[in-house]
Amino acid sequence: MVDNMNNPTTAIKAESRNLNFFYAGGNHALKSVSMPLYENKITALIGPSGCGKSTFLRCFNRMHDLYPGNKYQGEIVMHPDNTNILEHGVDPIEVRMRISMVFQKPNPFPKSIYENVAYGLRVRGESNKRMLDDKVEEALKGAAIWNEVKDRLQDLAFNLSGGQQQRLCIARALATDPEIMLFDEPTSALDPIATANIEELMSELKEKLTILVVTHNMQQAARVSDYTAYMYLGELMEYDETNTIFTRPSRKETEDYITGKFG
Amino acid sequence: MNINMTTDTTQTQASVIRNLAEVRAMIKRHKLNDYIFSLIGLLALTLALLTLLTLFTDLVMDGYERFNMGFLTDFPSRRAGSAGLLSAWVGSALVMLVTFLVAVPMGVAAGLYLEEYAPKNWFSDLIEINVTNLAGVPSIVYGLLALGLFVYILDLGQSILTAGLTLGLLILPIVIVSTRESIRAIPTAIREAAYAVGATKWQVVHDHVLKYSYGGILTGVIIGMARALGETAPIITIGALTFIAFLPPSPITDVAPFINFEWLSSGFTVLPIQMFNWLSRPEYAFHINAAATGALIIIVTLLMNGTAIWLRYKIRKNIKW
Repeated sequence: MVDNMNNPTTAIKAESRNLNFFYAGGNHALKSVSMPLYENKITALIGPSGCGKSTFLRCFNRMHDLYPGNKYQGEIVMHPDNTNILEHGVDPIEVRMRISMVFQKPNPFPKSIYENVAYGLRVRGESNKRMLDDKVEEALKGAAIWNEVKDRLQDLAFNLSGGQQQRLCIARALATDPEIMLFDEPTSALDPIATANIEELMSELKEKLTILVVTHNMQQAARVSDYTAYMYLGELMEYDETNTIFTRPSRKETEDYITGKFG
Repeated sequence: MNINMTTDTTQTQASVIRNLAEVRAMIKRHKLNDYIFSLIGLLALTLALLTLLTLFTDLVMDGYERFNMGFLTDFPSRRAGSAGLLSAWVGSALVMLVTFLVAVPMGVAAGLYLEEYAPKNWFSDLIEINVTNLAGVPSIVYGLLALGLFVYILDLGQSILTAGLTLGLLILPIVIVSTRESIRAIPTAIREAAYAVGATKWQVVHDHVLKYSYGGILTGVIIGMARALGETAPIITIGALTFIAFLPPSPITDVAPFINFEWLSSGFTVLPIQMFNWLSRPEYAFHINAAATGALIIIVTLLMNGTAIWLRYKIRKNIKW
């Protein structure tokens, strides 16, 4: 199903090949998942709770490495350099320098707004004040929150509203110029207006980078994404352009899930 | 028909009202338990506080006539009236300094390692159980260990260094446990956020874990120090002197390099030992001195614990999770 929509104008930014994942307890959470992420596109992962979509997303920045006993099998290859980011020789820190992540609940550090955004740069050894100032401003503008915080950059990030905190976390992920950005249900803790803001922001961000987003919200997948993958019990059931998935899915299970008959 | 319906409604109404009355009676009964428990709790709290307060008041009333500057600036003496605490509080302060320098780096490093770096397996579980157990080992056992290890094997003498090392070991479990607990209070989401932007383990530990947990660690350290201040048994075991009419050499000197370490090997006494010494004298006048010393130890301990609570509040204020 992937091959028949090879579009010469869209390059593949990354692809998983026969990816299997085992949690420390032995739970086989991903079963031979193979799918591409197209450059400058938004790919949405949908499926019922426990289907492995967050597990899949967290493979892309090796988050599973933080907890002992987890095991990957297969490859995630990044282009154009053809690096298999799951390979043993590849440091997870290198992977996280290229692929950033926005989490389900806003998780700013208990530091100032400025320091939250600057942290990714500080980790990379950047200490030039002018450089940091510029980058922080650029990232906050990119995350559409600059106007709300420009006069209080030294305030604690906790004093922002939930939606603002999430946009701050996007700015933090953006400041380091990632090639791919992962969103793990980024709006599930937000109200509808903040959700609309984040969705709009994602559409703007894809001009610059590639986005993979996990969502529980079918309408969100339909609104925001270019490609959609439906997962069930650790398997990739169907993957296609979002339009196709939502109008004429090729599998009955996908249709049932999308129309709300199941899940 | 109509009449019947009215009676029906009245009957339903009546039964609803009766039910409601039953529900209210039940809630009242259940709330009585709340009331009874809060009374018991209050009683327990009052008893505990009253005991402490009585003890403290008794000490103050016995020893108040010795509350003057002379008591702090005089050496012990044969005459109770002119005997003071100078060598004891200076000894206590210097021993505390060594204790702090031993327990804090070791305890924090050990806690950090166990929590952040150590692999989780049966061996780390074993260490964890033992650290917790160490906190319950009677302090005199530490004294025996110190007598054998520090005084005889390492030949450090019956010195301030030996006492500081001993008390440092004694409060090490307290520091380790409080370090681990405050590290564990940091949410996974914050750690993951730091790792996700590409931080190394040490960057996460240094920029986040330590920064957000040092309030709790500091609290543990201060509470441990307050305990060490009142410890008597291990200090007696290692052979602290009980009657000292000299001060250890000053750690700071007026000639370069301005610090010296001779004080570490000096003989010493500490507040609780001075108190014990005075208490074992037959003359009543010395018992007054002991009471005054006891009051002083309690005041200093309370001040230390108060500082710990205040610091924790102040530091936690900016962190919400």
